[in-house]
Amino acid sequence: MTELLFPPGLLLVVGALLMPLGLKIRNLLIFSLPILCLILVWSAPVGYVVTLPFLGFELEPIKITTTGQLFATVFSLMALVGGIFAYKQASTLELAAAFAYAGSAIGVTLTGDLITLFVFWEIMAIGSTLVIWAAKHEGAYRASIRYLMIHLFGGLLLMIGIAGHVVETGSIRFEALSLDSISQYLILAGFLINAGAPPLSAWIADAYPEASPSGSVFLSAFTTKTAVFTLLVAFPGTWLLIPIGIYMIFYGIIYALLENDMRRILAYSIVNQVGFMVTGIGLGTEMALNGAAAHAFAHIIYKALLLMSAGAVLYQTGKRRCTDLGGLFQTMPWTALLGIIGALAISSFPFTSGFISKSMIAQSAADQHLIIVWFALAAASAGVFLHAGIKFPWFVFFQKDSGMRPPEAPRNMLVAMTIFAIFCVGLGVYPEPLYAVLPFAVSYEPYTAAHLVAQFQLLLFAGLAFFVMLPMMKRTLTISLDFDWFYRQLFPKTGNASLRIIQSFNSTLTDTAKTVWRNLLSTFQTSRLSRYHLAESWPTGSMVLWIGVILGGYLIINAII
Amino acid sequence: MNEQNKRWLLRKENIRTLWITFIITLIATLVAGLFVHQHESFGIEDSFGFFGWYGFITCVAMVIFAKLLGLFLKRPENYYENSSNNDSSKNGTHHD
Repeated sequence: MTELLFPPGLLLVVGALLMPLGLKIRNLLIFSLPILCLILVWSAPVGYVVTLPFLGFELEPIKITTTGQLFATVFSLMALVGGIFAYKQASTLELAAAFAYAGSAIGVTLTGDLITLFVFWEIMAIGSTLVIWAAKHEGAYRASIRYLMIHLFGGLLLMIGIAGHVVETGSIRFEALSLDSISQYLILAGFLINAGAPPLSAWIADAYPEASPSGSVFLSAFTTKTAVFTLLVAFPGTWLLIPIGIYMIFYGIIYALLENDMRRILAYSIVNQVGFMVTGIGLGTEMALNGAAAHAFAHIIYKALLLMSAGAVLYQTGKRRCTDLGGLFQTMPWTALLGIIGALAISSFPFTSGFISKSMIAQSAADQHLIIVWFALAAASAGVFLHAGIKFPWFVFFQKDSGMRPPEAPRNMLVAMTIFAIFCVGLGVYPEPLYAVLPFAVSYEPYTAAHLVAQFQLLLFAGLAFFVMLPMMKRTLTISLDFDWFYRQLFPKTGNASLRIIQSFNSTLTDTAKTVWRNLLSTFQTSRLSRYHLAESWPTGSMVLWIGVILGGYLIINAII
Repeated sequence: MNEQNKRWLLRKENIRTLWITFIITLIATLVAGLFVHQHESFGIEDSFGFFGWYGFITCVAMVIFAKLLGLFLKRPENYYENSSNNDSSKNGTHHD
């Protein structure tokens, strides 16, 4: 057993800084670093801790836990396969930013204290902002600034929360926290903002679709799932997370149904899927937590696959709206097929990864007799098929003939998609390796006749509903208002208006003051007093001189006494 | 383009075949439901074709709800661009 002293996540962050050195070095780093990181993550046993004294605290920059290993593994995998997808088309800025982003996300999953966590948390915000920025168009730049604003706000809440928590308890340990003061609620809020929880859910659908074709693939994986990880560690079984999670599930479905931009549909469905995980964490039983962790693992892979296929379409056509797309299966059959595998996995179709992970969450709701939660989750599962499982492939690859005949995706993109498609089906057919690395021992059998029949009925009839309701689903050239309206429309407008009010108030005030002063001055100058020397206005220089004389005199007197 | 030159999936008679296959599959899942026992212990989940009709009805409800909500929430695509005084090109892709 080698001694693990260097945080594996930091490896990617440092490697990212070396990427601008040259194309060959960059590509070597892209392929070697994630694998090296994986080896490091698994080189130390669970419970392994490295401590570092810092300002009177014991930092734990490395702490290996089962959950941390699980998330670090899928993050490394994502960096590797995302790298394969991107390395020929993406800019060095984007790749370096993506690796710093991935590395800091891995850093969060392998830390044992809140201070280290916060540092990695902020590197993540910067890395992801740069990934969006790397798309290099005005819309992306503006979206990246809005994105950064939200995350700095979330980071601020987190920092205040951590500071308060440390003052109250004296502990910086990152472990299960009880919600008994405002500090813990602030930490929770900081985590939830990154998870895309209400009311600030809009940043995901606002920012991710503005990134480059490969940028949004990286973005989909890390921020929200790191938040899921932190919630899983710090707030398991917090009742409040159940309604929040269910709100996120339906928010994602409804907004995705209204959406026309193919990558924004997928962005909304991230909120939807994270909602399932948040609900699972709120349920808090061993099976529910296993379900949330397994679902995060499966979700990163199929969501990346979906965004890769959307990214390939965008790369080849330059189009992102459903109204412009359609019929692409004719010339991009592999992209279509691999995208459909991702779509089936997100819908939890039997024999895909979604089926063996998400069902654990619904099962634990049933076991706890939470009837409303269970019914909501069942309806939501049908809704996932509706808004992502069919809607995305249908509008992009089938629907109508758009007349476009783009060539098939570049080979490196196809390779990346194939790897993830194999994972989607592989985990679905053979879930045991994933079950073996979950936080708790698994006593769940997904492949029962009852479960299979239930899932087939649910999904196929949801499919029927889609085609029956198709006339109502006709896409329109619109966007949907969300909470971001407040900071993109209301605040700027009211801000400008209030600025004008303040300015006019200010100028009235200064004008009045000036007039009064002028009047006083003229009254004084006409009076007899103004004739005396001391009453004149003196230059500043002479004042400085006199102060110098006084201070000098004071020094001399002081020396004598 | 005449029917013969179209892709298999785009020909009218094939779309009909697909629909028929789909409906047969739907019926098959309902029939299969008769032979298994759903045991979530709420009672209703074991009624005939529960997951079928529940999935269908909730999906229709979600589509209608989204449609109604869209009446209030939908705005033209350039809604935010008009409000800010720039001429940003909201172009999604950038080929290097």
